[in-house]
Amino acid sequence: MSAEPAEIANSVAGALPQRWSALPAAWQALKGAPPSAWFGLVVIAIYMVFAILAPLLAPYPESEIVGSSYEEWGGQFLLGTDQLGRDLLSRLIYGARNTIGIAVATTALSFTIGGLLGLLAAILGGWADQLLARAVDILMAIPQLIFALMLLSIFGSSITNLILIIAVLDSTRVFRLTRAVAMNVVVLDFVEAARLQGEKLGWIMSREILPNILPPLVAEFGLRFCFVFLTISALSFLGLGIQPPTADWGSMVRENATLINYGDVTPLLPAGAIALLTIAVNFVVDWFLNKTSGLRDER
Amino acid sequence: MNPVLRTALQRLGLGAITLLVVSIVIFSAVTMLPGNFATAILGQSATPETVAAFKRSVGLDKPPVVRYFSWIGGVLEGDFGSSFSSAGALAGGHERTVVSLVVPRLRNTLFLAGLTAAIAVPLSLVLGMLAALYRNSIFDRLVNLVTLTSISVPEFFVAYILMLFLAIRFPVFYSLANVNADTPFLERAARCALPVMTLILVIVAHMMRMTRAAIINILASPYIETARLKGVSPGRIIYKHALPNALAPIATVVALNLAYLIVGVVVVEVVFVYPGIGQLMVDSVSARDIPVVQACALIFAVTYIGFNLLADIVSIVTNPRLLHPR
Repeated sequence: MSAEPAEIANSVAGALPQRWSALPAAWQALKGAPPSAWFGLVVIAIYMVFAILAPLLAPYPESEIVGSSYEEWGGQFLLGTDQLGRDLLSRLIYGARNTIGIAVATTALSFTIGGLLGLLAAILGGWADQLLARAVDILMAIPQLIFALMLLSIFGSSITNLILIIAVLDSTRVFRLTRAVAMNVVVLDFVEAARLQGEKLGWIMSREILPNILPPLVAEFGLRFCFVFLTISALSFLGLGIQPPTADWGSMVRENATLINYGDVTPLLPAGAIALLTIAVNFVVDWFLNKTSGLRDER
Repeated sequence: MNPVLRTALQRLGLGAITLLVVSIVIFSAVTMLPGNFATAILGQSATPETVAAFKRSVGLDKPPVVRYFSWIGGVLEGDFGSSFSSAGALAGGHERTVVSLVVPRLRNTLFLAGLTAAIAVPLSLVLGMLAALYRNSIFDRLVNLVTLTSISVPEFFVAYILMLFLAIRFPVFYSLANVNADTPFLERAARCALPVMTLILVIVAHMMRMTRAAIINILASPYIETARLKGVSPGRIIYKHALPNALAPIATVVALNLAYLIVGVVVVEVVFVYPGIGQLMVDSVSARDIPVVQACALIFAVTYIGFNLLADIVSIVTNPRLLHPR
């Protein structure tokens, strides 16, 4: 991942453009990014820091009762306490780790399933393709949140179930995109050449096709992450997602919702944390899509 | 046969098959029940006899295929079976049918969704067209920013912000939408103001952006350029050339968003404690009342598929290329 210092020097000095030195190229692209993309990147970076360093940054443990319930802001507890007397700031910080971590894991799993099957469908074609496409049609005919609710009522709410259910349901969208973009690459000559050369399926998938369809998939990862993140937050808010005492933004909104009736903005903090992150990711994806391809039909 | 009719019939047939398969998927839910399910419903103290009696009353002792047909047969006659929550009182407790739980809730949800749609659809079409016609103007950018933001935030965030500012800090509207069957229409509408506003904010954003994209797409196509170059007046371009081709995408946009509304309703109902079918489903999921969950899921899925089908059919029927076959 690290670029040679000489390479950086070269590209900074305006020498021949170095196609394969990723770091300076990325920096060049970043310099031209619009303010909205910068804002998004900075916000995401801050969230990452909080998520990774949660135990160091949080003043109190995640689920320990440290005061009386619903204490005011300021003083010992910067943002007050929740309905059980747990420090709200600490739970917000741990929430970054739990909520984002689970959403990232789910999106990654969904891409593994959807991407793999999408590539397979595009390469194999024929009945395998038809079978997968019809199965996906059926899964997509039921609204995702409703399907998730139904499955959760059967298997019960646990974090593993949540990740599996949302990942499988969401992989349908990844499958469709991967299959569609891979279809355009499968028919190209170099894939045919690799086939005639006797390359194995795994090689064709990972070395011939995947690199060529990566940009739209990366952008889609951002969008799917937002969608998964919002779905999990909604489920947690409904009390059916991440279960207490795990600190999670969706359930924190639910737990403290009564405070709204006294004109207190505390329940809006975790909701705002969710909103800010999705907006930030959307900004970055928007910029990335504009840069990498003409995928956006409006321009 | 007329190509329009043929394509439309094909699509209807496909929709029917989808419905059939979806009903099988939803039904299979029950067969996947973990073994200790009866104990979970009846409580730990349930004797083996009670468990067996429960399984018999729910029909769990018959093979799945038989159960599917008796279930779907009942559904077609409007009988969704009885709720598990009443099965706990096996010994003499009166049974509550799923229908008696679902129907009043469904009526409330349809009211909420209908009110939202009646305001949101015209509003977003007008906004979308204006944004497309005045592309890249300040108005367009402003609307774009607002809608992008409201798409990316969770529904409950919008809902609580509206509640905090419009009901608590400045008590203009009711903060909770607790209505019952006897609430008169006007009061009902007033109590629903905040949930309707939340839903409008969420769905107008989607609909308006999609309308804008559809219209821009059409205005950029070569045949509009040709019409413009041969000197057709702008009004005629819109009505005669652009609109017939824009109808299909716009109808799709509207139908898709009405389908989306069905899902968005769940969270909003919970926030405002509105007695709709979304909240019923959430409560039933927590209580693991599978027959009610099945019924709700089926209703949601049927509505969703129905709207998607409607979008397809409208786009076929209004497609100028199909209407004037060579």
